[in-house]
Amino acid sequence: MSDAPGAPVAPQAGSRTPPVPAQRDGVAIRTVRLEKRYGRTVALAGLDVEVGRGEAFGFLGPNGAGKTTAVKLLLGLAYATSGEGWVLGAPLGDLDARRRVGYLPELFRYQPWLTAREVLELHCRLARLDGGRRPDAIATALRTVGLADRADDRVGGFSKGMQQRLGLGVALLGPPELVILDEPTSALDPIGRQDVRRIIHELTAQGVTVFLNSHLLTEVERVCDRVAVLDRGRVVATGTLAELLAARTVSLRVRGLSADAIASLGRFGRIAAPEDGRLTIDGLAPDSIPDLVAEAVRLGGRVYAVEPQQRTLEDRFLELLESGRA
Amino acid sequence: MNEILVVAGLTLREAVRRRLAWALFLLTVLVVVVTGWGFERFVALARQDGIAEDQLRLGVSQLLIMVAFMFSFVLAMVAVVFGSPAIAGDVESGVALAMLARPLRRSSYVVGRWLGLVAVVVAYAVVSGAMEIAVCGWITGWMPPQPVTAVLFLAGEGVVLLTFALALSTRLSMITGGAIAVVLFGLAWVIGLLGRFAALFGVDALQQAAAASQRLLPSDTFWIGATASLEPTHAQLAQAGFAGSIAAGRFGPFYVSGPPAAAELAWAIGWIALVLVAAVLLFERREA
Repeated sequence: MSDAPGAPVAPQAGSRTPPVPAQRDGVAIRTVRLEKRYGRTVALAGLDVEVGRGEAFGFLGPNGAGKTTAVKLLLGLAYATSGEGWVLGAPLGDLDARRRVGYLPELFRYQPWLTAREVLELHCRLARLDGGRRPDAIATALRTVGLADRADDRVGGFSKGMQQRLGLGVALLGPPELVILDEPTSALDPIGRQDVRRIIHELTAQGVTVFLNSHLLTEVERVCDRVAVLDRGRVVATGTLAELLAARTVSLRVRGLSADAIASLGRFGRIAAPEDGRLTIDGLAPDSIPDLVAEAVRLGGRVYAVEPQQRTLEDRFLELLESGRA
Repeated sequence: MNEILVVAGLTLREAVRRRLAWALFLLTVLVVVVTGWGFERFVALARQDGIAEDQLRLGVSQLLIMVAFMFSFVLAMVAVVFGSPAIAGDVESGVALAMLARPLRRSSYVVGRWLGLVAVVVAYAVVSGAMEIAVCGWITGWMPPQPVTAVLFLAGEGVVLLTFALALSTRLSMITGGAIAVVLFGLAWVIGLLGRFAALFGVDALQQAAAASQRLLPSDTFWIGATASLEPTHAQLAQAGFAGSIAAGRFGPFYVSGPPAAAELAWAIGWIALVLVAAVLLFERREA
């Protein structure tokens, strides 16, 4: 996203994004007011998103939020009603850019009458990979996703989890500069999920951009640098995980503050009914706890403990959805 | 071009892997054996009754045309069965998602699918037709005047139906597209047949309706070509004592006076190209 670090943004209704250049160096994905409508149904309402190269970007949202629609628009599988977008510097759907993109669809189905190796060979050909590079690329993909010993088995005999592993292997062929994973762990067991996390870490370590579409918040929390939260076709928040999960509530064990001093601390947030020696303040601005503590000391308080109440991504996610719908 | 061949090769491999090619081949052998037995019985009984050889061959020629008529129907159904799920099935199952996300043009995907299926349908028509004609010739001694042309015309009929079903499959579900193709083919088939009866009895309006139907779905053009190639020559008919019937145009509903006119054939071939282009254009805007 194009917003300043440290300030996760909840877009204002009716706000207009100023015109922007088509592409920037170091940007893997960029969309500007991308909109998709199906008749009167708005699947995606003005998506503005920017994903840097080498970043692991989480695209979060409840079922039906418009995540998969956004992915299909990025890949040219569906067409935007309005707005613009660029993938790896090229307009959405550009054939040459797609050569450098790996994709694991949410609905992962591969020709059941082909073997895993043949599916990978097919995608090597479709990705226009040189014939000489194909055997190595296929062997590496099979090994990475743990299917080396099932390479010559027909896909029709694979479990769903194995098919999803194969889909991940297909997405790794190229090698790609951008990998788009749509719910990549939906059919995987805990070991498979761990493998996916490992693969994502390896990809980003190699400078590959990963766009992870998911509603599994713990997965996103573990692997993504930044996230955007989508609800009913709109981005309701975006930022780094640190920004999104920053403590908004803190509990201070403090003595020696007068009633006036406690009241003056109210400018930092809402003060819950103070108990004996304990002050709880919520609704804090990001990164404001040190200032709060300094002010408490300046007002004569003796601070014994500062206990920020950390939130999980799930808490924050639900909070964002609730506030967005309120 | 390379990506078209990749998709066409994939389609051919699917036909083999799914045992479609084998099933068709075995069924063809079964049909050829059964009809061969029928030819043998027909000839044996006719000779027992002392029918002259010229007339007997004429009878065999009509029997062969009738077999070809039924085969053309089967071929059309096979073409629809292949064409209807070709693209709709891939989109509905999700197989197309991963493929179309690659640098694969929609046009290459459609043309590749079409090319692979054309190869299957033509191979089926050629192998079945050649086996049937060869067995007929071997058992009865009757060989149609232009067996190769006949087989190619039959294959053309299959390609018309295949292309039509494939075009429907770019936008409609497998079942809907298949049903529409079957019903319209059946309609064109019946109208074509009625048109030939109309020619016998001089009903102009019905003949015009048949001609119009032939423009809209030119499967009948290819059938006329196949029939013309399987019919005995005028000399053979005259020798068997049917010269008068030909002059009156009353030899029977299967009888055609000659192959389709060059313009009709050009339209039929052009129609295939146009429908294929339409299929590409329709699929270009389809969302996967």
